[in-house]
Amino acid sequence: MTTNVIDRQANLPNMPDEKGHFGIYGGRFIAETLMAPIEELTKAYEVFKSDPAFIAELDKDLADYVGRPSPVYLASHWSEHLGGANIYLKREDLNHTGAHKVNNTIGQALLAKRMGKTRIIAETGAGQHGVASATVAARLGMECVVYMGEVDVQRQAANVYRMKLLGAKVVPVTSGSKTLKDALNEAMRDWVTNVDNTFYIIGTVAGPHPYPEMVRDFQTVIGREAREQMLAKTGRLPDALVACVGGGSNAIGLFHPFLNDKDVEIYGVEGGGDGLETGRHAAPLCKGKPGVLHGNRTYLMEDENGQIIETHSISAGLDYPGVGPEHAWLKDIGRANYVAVTDTEALDAFHALTKIEGIIPALESSHALAYAAKLAVKMGKGKNILVNLSGRGDKDIHTVAALEGITV
Amino acid sequence: MSRLSKRFADLASNGKKALIPYVTAGDPDPTITVSLMHAMVEAGSDIIEIGVPFSDPMADGPVIQQACERALIHNVSLSDVLDMVTTFRETNQETPVVLMGYLNPVEVMGYQIFAQRAAAAGVDGVLTVDLPPEEAEDLIVAFEANKIDPIFLVSPESTVDRFKQITKYSRGFLYYVSLKGVTGVKSIDAEAVGHKLSELRDYTGLPICVGFGINNAQTAATISKIANGVVVGSAVVKRIAENQNDQAKIIEEVKSFLAGLRQAIDAN
Repeated sequence: MTTNVIDRQANLPNMPDEKGHFGIYGGRFIAETLMAPIEELTKAYEVFKSDPAFIAELDKDLADYVGRPSPVYLASHWSEHLGGANIYLKREDLNHTGAHKVNNTIGQALLAKRMGKTRIIAETGAGQHGVASATVAARLGMECVVYMGEVDVQRQAANVYRMKLLGAKVVPVTSGSKTLKDALNEAMRDWVTNVDNTFYIIGTVAGPHPYPEMVRDFQTVIGREAREQMLAKTGRLPDALVACVGGGSNAIGLFHPFLNDKDVEIYGVEGGGDGLETGRHAAPLCKGKPGVLHGNRTYLMEDENGQIIETHSISAGLDYPGVGPEHAWLKDIGRANYVAVTDTEALDAFHALTKIEGIIPALESSHALAYAAKLAVKMGKGKNILVNLSGRGDKDIHTVAALEGITV
Repeated sequence: MSRLSKRFADLASNGKKALIPYVTAGDPDPTITVSLMHAMVEAGSDIIEIGVPFSDPMADGPVIQQACERALIHNVSLSDVLDMVTTFRETNQETPVVLMGYLNPVEVMGYQIFAQRAAAAGVDGVLTVDLPPEEAEDLIVAFEANKIDPIFLVSPESTVDRFKQITKYSRGFLYYVSLKGVTGVKSIDAEAVGHKLSELRDYTGLPICVGFGINNAQTAATISKIANGVVVGSAVVKRIAENQNDQAKIIEEVKSFLAGLRQAIDAN
């Protein structure tokens, strides 16, 4: 084969394959000690994902508890202010718990219940996935332990308290870089020790198979709804999709139902930190190399010896050295474009949306907004851009205030 | 016959069981590792297991994780570890050396180059913790070409289907994980281990060594009755951590600990 770029006229193959591979990415790179629980989970998910009773219960919870469908909103004031394409926002920030994360935790918790598990564990970076896990655990009467890097515990104090209110135990992780990747290591260690009663809810589309597929499936409700909503509102598909990419769950949730719509451009926006040229960023797709971490092969931020290096982003939710394997594959085949915006650009977008539309976006989502603003100008009037507003920014006001020298 | 197979055959013909200590290369700093390897041999070790430091050792408990962090302060790389084995081999050609680590450093070096360099350094077996047999095909090919034994873990939860798959690709010995959890956990159920080992022997003629949770002479003695060898990792590393500012003390403590284990195992 001379090229790995799939013909854009043809439909993309169904991914992953039965071993969890997305092209050369994904798979199951785990110690034998984790193989039994992973196989148990894979079998259970295979059964329940096509069980009408499971799907009905999930749909009911998404409607009545989460508040779906989330609206699509034309940010007309901001679009006009920018003077380019129309920017539409998929309002995942309006979900219960304030972000897209709950779409996945509801699904995995229902699965855990059906598997007879009584204890939930989760890793969290920004705390949104931890809150979403603690929320569903509280509702289902399950014990919940959330692993969170010590650095993130400091910068997301409000979410830590929220989890505690919900009855979860938050364990600060002091190993390695004390952020999301280390929380994930620690959660894996807990899981392998307590496999009998414990279900590990991974919050993003990474990890060993079946997690990247399963989390994607639970998050594609975003793209399925948005596709219909855009058709209803504008009579056509959007010209471009934009979403931020940390692990990549909100992005794949939006992108996936559009992958075969070849005229829809797709942009994933990574955390550019101080700038890609500085090396201080969280952009493995833009600047990393393929490797193996956390159970899957994907693009990683690593040094010349294969050690995982620390990432830098203003947004805790993007501060992760890996990325979901399906994004790695979409990058290599050229179906999606991966770009980065800096902390400063994200902050500018944060303020712009807040002031002009009266919507406070999460710092993660602000990265998508910042790129969409550039794209809107480039694409010009008459084009429609759909941005996944993956979460609300209340959790970030302390971070933003501190940057401006204000104590809230 | 590989150095590992020969060692197990010799042990069997003398009615002995293998003592396999583990240390993380470069812990607490790179200057001690080769001397420590020789010291472990002097204390009666049969096979030396060397950990390749990794930033994210997911299957290890806090003791070995911290050993990795100490080694990584000195940027100890896979290449450095191979150099240490080369130096060890200058004066020891008999004791098998097994590397234990995670896949990513090997991916970065490249499978072929790693296998060639490991063989040239005198490495006998490689256990890549996060590489199960179903993902290991390419690496196994490279190992075979260079006469390196691929070593795989078997866990208490492994099914018969997995036994078959794992034993098919394993060479040298099988590494049985004695309990659920990460390295360095507390207790071990000898009866359950014995039961599982006899089940496993229906599928393989390879020696089976047991690790994870063997932290004292008594447990080592009990387990070595039913296994072909015992792997002792966190208990050794703990002694390194406790004496990290005193190289002589590290060597002394590790030697006396291992000599105790040797005695207990041989007393069976």
